Amino acid sequence: MIVETPSGRADILDKAKTVAVVGASDNPARASYFVLRYLKMHGYAVFAVNPNLERVDGQKSYPDLTALVKERGIPDVVDVFRRPEALPGLVEEAIACGVKTLWLQYGVVNAAAIQRADSAGLTVVADRCMKVEHARFGRALSSQGFDSGIISSRRRPVET
Amino acid sequence: MDSDRRFGFRTRALHAGTPPNAASGATTPPVELSTGFVFDSIAQAKELFSLRAYGNMYTRISNPTVAAFEEKIANLEGGLGAVATASGQAAQMVAILSLAQSGDHLVASSNIYGGTVTQLNVSLRRLGIETTFVTGGTPAAMAAAVRPNTKAMFVETIGNPSVTVADLGGLAEAAHAAGLPLIVDNTFATPYLCRPIEHGADIVLHSATKYLCGHGTVVAGVLIESGKFGWGRGKHPLLSEPSPSYHHVRFSDAFSEYAFLTRARAEVMRDLGACLSPMNAWLLVQGVETLAVRMEAHVRNAMQIAQFLEAHEGATAVSYPGLASSPQRDLAARYLPLGAGGIVTFRVVGGRSAAERFIDALELWSHVANMGDAKSLVLHPASTSHSQLNDEELAAAGITPDMIRLSVGLEDVEDLTWDLEQGLGAAKAA
Ligand SMILES: Cc1ncc(COP(=O)(O)O)c(C=O)c1O
Repeated sequence: MIVETPSGRADILDKAKTVAVVGASDNPARASYFVLRYLKMHGYAVFAVNPNLERVDGQKSYPDLTALVKERGIPDVVDVFRRPEALPGLVEEAIACGVKTLWLQYGVVNAAAIQRADSAGLTVVADRCMKVEHARFGRALSSQGFDSGIISSRRRPVET
Repeated sequence: MDSDRRFGFRTRALHAGTPPNAASGATTPPVELSTGFVFDSIAQAKELFSLRAYGNMYTRISNPTVAAFEEKIANLEGGLGAVATASGQAAQMVAILSLAQSGDHLVASSNIYGGTVTQLNVSLRRLGIETTFVTGGTPAAMAAAVRPNTKAMFVETIGNPSVTVADLGGLAEAAHAAGLPLIVDNTFATPYLCRPIEHGADIVLHSATKYLCGHGTVVAGVLIESGKFGWGRGKHPLLSEPSPSYHHVRFSDAFSEYAFLTRARAEVMRDLGACLSPMNAWLLVQGVETLAVRMEAHVRNAMQIAQFLEAHEGATAVSYPGLASSPQRDLAARYLPLGAGGIVTFRVVGGRSAAERFIDALELWSHVANMGDAKSLVLHPASTSHSQLNDEELAAAGITPDMIRLSVGLEDVEDLTWDLEQGLGAAKAA
C-alpha cells in the first residue's frame, strides 16, 4: 500500500518502535544524521545501515539490511536515504528480509521500485521526511512557524 | 487521528495554527510574553541549538504566540511555513538577505511601494545588493533585466499606489526559466483574494500592518515560502554552501524543502533581530480570523466607491482594477476573481488645490498615511508621502498633484459616498 494521507503517516509513526536508517551518515551536517538523531531523541530504537562506516553516532553501523535483520530482527520501519537508482536493489532486499514498511525520504523516488514494493505487500511512504512528519503530528513543527495542516478543535498534548 | 479532509478558507482562517491550548484547553491562544523557554536537559538544549530538534529557545528566534500567527498565514497562503517580522519592511529585508549578499543583484517591478523602492535602492544598495527597477514589470521586461548574479524577482500583486495587477503566472515562468525565485508582496490582495503560490510564486510577503491585522493597531510583517523552489542548484550559495554559523551545514542538503525558511529564521532573523512581539502576533491572530468576511466587504464597498467616482463629474482617472473600464481588467479577472482589493485612486478635477480642499472637507474618511484598516482612509500623496517631490518628479513616480488614494473601509457605503460627495463639492466651490 502506498500511503498518501496524513492520517496514514501518523499511524505509522505512532505504531513504530524500531527504525533502520539506510544510508545513514556520521557527518553532523548531513540530513540523514539530523533525522537519525531526531528519531533517537524521540524514543525510537534506531539502527544505522551503511557499508562504508563502522559506527554512526556512536553505535554500530550494519553493512546491509540483511545483516541488520539477522542480528536485530525486522525493524518496524526502514527509512531510506539512498539515490533513486539504488532503490530497486534495496526493495528486493527488503522484500526478501520480510520488511513491512518502507519510508523513502525526500527525493528518493523511483516509480518502478515503489510499484514493486507495493505489489509485494509492503506499506510505502514516498518523498517525505520522517523527522518532519513526526514533528508535524506532535505539533513541534508548528512551533517554528511551519504549517502542520492540522485543523482540529480537540485538545492534544504537544510533543517536543 | 486528524481528519484527511481539505477544509475551506474560512475554516482554516479560524482554526489553522490555533488549536486549543495544550495546557489549558483555551480556545484562544494565550499571549506568551516570555523571553526564554526552559530546556529539559543539556542534551535537549544541544539538539535545539544545532537545529536537530524543533522547539523554543528565545523569542527573537521563535515564540508560541508568534508561531500561531505564522502557521495560520502559511496555511492560508498555501505555503510550507512562515517567519513573522516586526514590520513589512523587515519581512522584505529578511527575505532578501536570506538569498542574496554583497555583489548580488535583484530585479524589481517599478510598480511597488515607495518605501520598498527606497529600501532596495538606498539601504540594500549600500550593503552591496543592487536592484534594477523595471518600468511596468511585465514578464518579458523583467526577464530582460536578469544578470548572471541576479538572485530573485520582486513584484507586488496589486501595486502601491498604482493599483496595477502583476501577471504572476507569466512572471513565475520568467523567473523559473532564469533559475530564480519569484518574490511577491501580497499586502494589497491578501490570501483571501489571491494566493500567489498557486500561480507559481516562491516567496510571499506581507505588510501584516494592513488587512491581515485589519484594524490599524499593529505594525508587523510576515514572509511565507512555498517549499517548491530548488535552493540546492548552486544559484544561491547562501543556502547551498556550508554555513559557518551552523557547523558548516548546507541548508539545502540538511533541510531540503525547509532550507530557505530554516535559514531565514535561524540565521537572518537571529542576526537582524527584527522579531515580532507576541502581543502583536496575538492581535494579528484575531485579525486574520475574520479576513474573509472583511475582504468581501472591502471589495464590495471599493467597487461601489469606484463606480460612484467614475460617474461623478468632480473626479477623473478613477483607477480600480475591478472596473470594467480598467486596463487591468483582464489581469484582475485572472488573479483576483473574488475582487480587486480595497484601494481606489482618482484625480480631483481642479488640480492640486482642489484635491487639498477635498481632503480638508472630509468628515468620515480618516486622513492618514496607512491603509488596509477597517475604517476608510484617505491620502493625498503629493502633500504627504511624496511631498519632497516637485510636479515633474511626481509625474515620474506616476503620482499627479491632484491624485487621491482611498483605502475603502467597512462603513455603510452610503455614508462613504455622502462624505465623498460633500468633499468633491467643497473642492469645486472655491
Ligand atoms: C505593499 C507594501 N509593502 C510593504 C510595506 C511596508 O510595510 P510596513 O509599513 O509594515 O513596514 C507597505 C507599507 O505601506 C506596503 O504598502
